[in-house]
Amino acid sequence: MFMDMKPPRKPSRLSRRALPWTAVVSLCAAILAWELVSRFSGLPAFILPAPERVAVRFWQALADGNLLLHTAVTLSEVLLGLLSGTVAAVALGYAIAKSRLFERLVAPYLVASQAIPIVAIAPLLVIWFGPGMFSKVLICALIVFFPVLVNTVVGVRAVPQPLHDLMRSLRATRGQIIRRLEVPAALPVLLGGLRIGATLSVIGAVVGELVGADQGLGFLVNTARGLYDTAMVFVAVLTLILLALALYGVVALMEKKLLSWQEVHE
Amino acid sequence: MSDPILTVRGLSVTFPDNNGGLEALDAASFAVRPQEFVCVLGPSGSGKSTLLRILAGLLAPTSGSFTFAGGVPRIGMVFQQSNLMPWRTALENITLPLELQGMEGNTARIKAQEMIELVGLQGFESNWPRDLSGGMAQRVAIARALVHDPDILLLDEPFGSLDALTRERMWSELSRIWQARRKTVLMVTHSIGEALFLADRVLVLTQRPGRIKLDLAVDLPRPRADEMRYTAHFGKLARKLKEAIE
Ligand SMILES: Nc1ncnc2c1ncn2[C@@H]1O[C@H](COP(=O)(O)OP(=O)(O)OP(=O)(O)O)[C@@H](O)[C@H]1O
Ligand SMILES: [Mg+2]
Repeated sequence: MFMDMKPPRKPSRLSRRALPWTAVVSLCAAILAWELVSRFSGLPAFILPAPERVAVRFWQALADGNLLLHTAVTLSEVLLGLLSGTVAAVALGYAIAKSRLFERLVAPYLVASQAIPIVAIAPLLVIWFGPGMFSKVLICALIVFFPVLVNTVVGVRAVPQPLHDLMRSLRATRGQIIRRLEVPAALPVLLGGLRIGATLSVIGAVVGELVGADQGLGFLVNTARGLYDTAMVFVAVLTLILLALALYGVVALMEKKLLSWQEVHE
Repeated sequence: MSDPILTVRGLSVTFPDNNGGLEALDAASFAVRPQEFVCVLGPSGSGKSTLLRILAGLLAPTSGSFTFAGGVPRIGMVFQQSNLMPWRTALENITLPLELQGMEGNTARIKAQEMIELVGLQGFESNWPRDLSGGMAQRVAIARALVHDPDILLLDEPFGSLDALTRERMWSELSRIWQARRKTVLMVTHSIGEALFLADRVLVLTQRPGRIKLDLAVDLPRPRADEMRYTAHFGKLARKLKEAIE
């Protein structure tokens, strides 16, 4: 079942290089459009606050320490979930990649588990594990798990047989084969999975916090909404976007550093 | 005459398939003396790669056995493709066998650097394999096979993917390395010219299932040069091999 799955394609070099200035231009355009709509559409501020209102709210929330606190909470959930989900997925994925029997035993459950929308069972997890950080970490881990698992299986299975032969002809131990062959060979695909996982983990944390939490950016969205403090909702959402972009950037940076040996496709 | 370093007795391999199994190698027996350069010649599918894979411990024979004098040997293997790790530089590819033996990093790099010089790749130490030409990559592979001072070199059509000019340059280099290092070599090839240029002895395998049909001593003087190919004796040996293959 995993054999026919393709790892995600890397974004082309062109789109990466073109990012900075085009991004700035389109960002300015978006803010301008936002400004124009909020000014001339006659929508009340609790529906669409003007950009400067959001900016002011942002500084306030930053100054009173609220924003940093909730961001830190969400970030911890995202990272812990990403870490535990990745560790579990890599371990299980490796076992699946190495053993057809094991694959046949667990694959049906894994596929079936993918039919469960995590978003829908998030309330259940919060009921079972409480409104604290743990339930959010769990949701993140669950949501990160599958894409990383698939990429691990694909990556480990794609290790060229001739390189395995080389290692065996040199009488490499199991540990040496993992460390010196399988990890570096599977790393590109694995990091691709991690990149998807990082973004998904942010979604997982917010979903969990929206369902029930007393801290975090999702919680901030919920309370601000209750107070018709729409500017604050905007602040929280924008912070989430920044968080996701930053995580994506960290993984992309890791790829750039670790995979400099790779052919650059144009 | 010295005792053999490798003795092969009645080696047979049958691969399982849907009608009774595919016989790839049939009762191959031969011996290789220390520092001997032996070429294995045979038509496609005659079990040459299978033979090397068995000797390298990558495949278990269906029957028969082989022994290396002095127990489990250190093997240096060169595959048909250069088979380098793309995430390691040329030098790091060469240090791999040493790392697997637990040699300390600096010592390993010094030894690998010696090999770089032996195969004439100075200046390309930190190239990624993707930035090496086919011939250079194959030379890295040869350096990697030699660096841990193996007891025997197993070469599976190491120059198969090279153009004629590069290939002949590689023959001279391999010849030179072999004479400098005094290794035992077992090399698979498709080319009669290659076998006669390099080998002390040529084994010819039959069509599948491979059986040893001819064991020919190559008594051409060394060092061998290009002109040797136009001598009558070379022609006689080449004809013998050609007839055995057909
Ligand atoms: N792992 C395998 N499973 C099944 N059959 C195999 C396997 N490896 C080789 N064979 C078969 O065994 C026969 C001998 O293969 P081998 O690769 O040893 O031939 P060869 O002499 O090296 O050929 P070539 O010159 O084309 O490289 C072939 O018919 C091949 O299809
Ligand atoms: Mg072959």
